Amino acid sequence: MHELSIVMSIVETAEEKVKEHHASSVESIDLVIGDLAGVDSQALDFAWDSAVKNTVLQKAIRNVIQVPARAKCLECDCEFGIKEIYDSCPLCGEPLLLIIQGKELQIKSMILN
Amino acid sequence: MCATCGCDSEAKISIHRIDQPTSLNLGDITFTPVEPKTTTLPNGRKQIDLEQDILLKNNLRAERNRGYFLAKNIVALNLVSSPGSGKTSLLEKTLHDLKTEESFFVIEGDQQTSNDADRIAATQVPVVQINTGKGCHLDSKMIWDAIQQLRPSENSILFIENIGNLVCPAMFDLGEQKRVVIISVTEGDDKPLKYPDMFQSSQLCIINKIDLLPYVKFDVEKAKNYARRINPTIQFIELSCTSGEGFDHWYDWLKKETIEVPVPV
Ligand SMILES: Nc1nc2c(ncn2[C@@H]2O[C@H](COP(=O)(O)OP(=O)(O)OP(=O)(O)O)[C@@H](O)[C@H]2O)c(=O)[nH]1
Ligand SMILES: [Mg+2]
Ligand SMILES: [Zn+2]
Ligand SMILES: [Zn+2]
Ligand SMILES: [Zn+2]
Repeated sequence: MHELSIVMSIVETAEEKVKEHHASSVESIDLVIGDLAGVDSQALDFAWDSAVKNTVLQKAIRNVIQVPARAKCLECDCEFGIKEIYDSCPLCGEPLLLIIQGKELQIKSMILN
Repeated sequence: MCATCGCDSEAKISIHRIDQPTSLNLGDITFTPVEPKTTTLPNGRKQIDLEQDILLKNNLRAERNRGYFLAKNIVALNLVSSPGSGKTSLLEKTLHDLKTEESFFVIEGDQQTSNDADRIAATQVPVVQINTGKGCHLDSKMIWDAIQQLRPSENSILFIENIGNLVCPAMFDLGEQKRVVIISVTEGDDKPLKYPDMFQSSQLCIINKIDLLPYVKFDVEKAKNYARRINPTIQFIELSCTSGEGFDHWYDWLKKETIEVPVPV
């Protein structure tokens, strides 16, 4: 249930922010999730519904900004989109890639009321 | 809950030392990040541009664990695998063979039961059991709580047996020095491709149950090549917990870890 752990971490942070700003609840929250972050969106939906009950996030609108994965080839330096960590460079065929985008797992912002 | 293991964490987490319990109360981490930009909106609402890693707390607690281990010169190793690949068997044999030369401590993670911790306790090595209920991975807070009970001594080796699962534990840094992924030859040789995150984040891959190689269709070279495609610097040790073959390589690797005194960066 890492998806549940993830939602619980988000709840923990949201509760802290609401308290800190003397707000009452979260109106909306924007998350950034990379395609290679290891989060299953269906599992996240499911975990969300059960984990936000009776918390400041219960009524929050959740926006997920999904980030496609990109890598840079360590051999030829070109950049391209990838589907899996182990994809090879489409230009030179080398499997040595530096992942430059797609591992994000972030709370971007929230609106409190 | 989790797409992989269907777990949820409604059930209670329990952490207890198997022999005589002792407790240190060191408190939890407190952290004040850089104040995020806050904009006041109509009707007294506020927008907070947090841009904060969702796993920030876990990562911070992991770094604190790592600092604790570094300061005490403890080599902390996180053992991960699918269920039944041989984590506990590897520990049992290692503790049995080396416990007179090195000082060991063990944290056992399991969803239910203390069976594995009991197997470790039988070797007379101090062990703490973490039961995660339905949770499918250990996190750095559980390790922090466990070391308060275990109190590993200086210059020791701390083995952490994670929950048998190649997905979820990959995301949670425990503060270990090295992550060791174990696969056995009764599994598919394409395991590295199916669970790339775990192979990418591990430094050593142990291929266990090689005594069964004559009976199964497992191509060792193929498995290694798949793993190298994901992680070019990963090391390999092939061994059998049943026959003891290959353990000399594992012990050499362990000794090297204890000699290379870590220097904080
Ligand atoms: N033939 C053979 N069997 C082994 C070997 N190592 C472990 N086993 C067997 O594999 C089974 C599982 O071993 P464990 O050590 O309990 O595996 P584990 O990874 O700790 O399992 P979980 O904690 O349940 O995830 C046991 O029946 C062991 O006896 C080996 O090298 N060869
Ligand atoms: Mg075990
Ligand atoms: Zn899970
Ligand atoms: Zn999971
Ligand atoms: Zn290339």
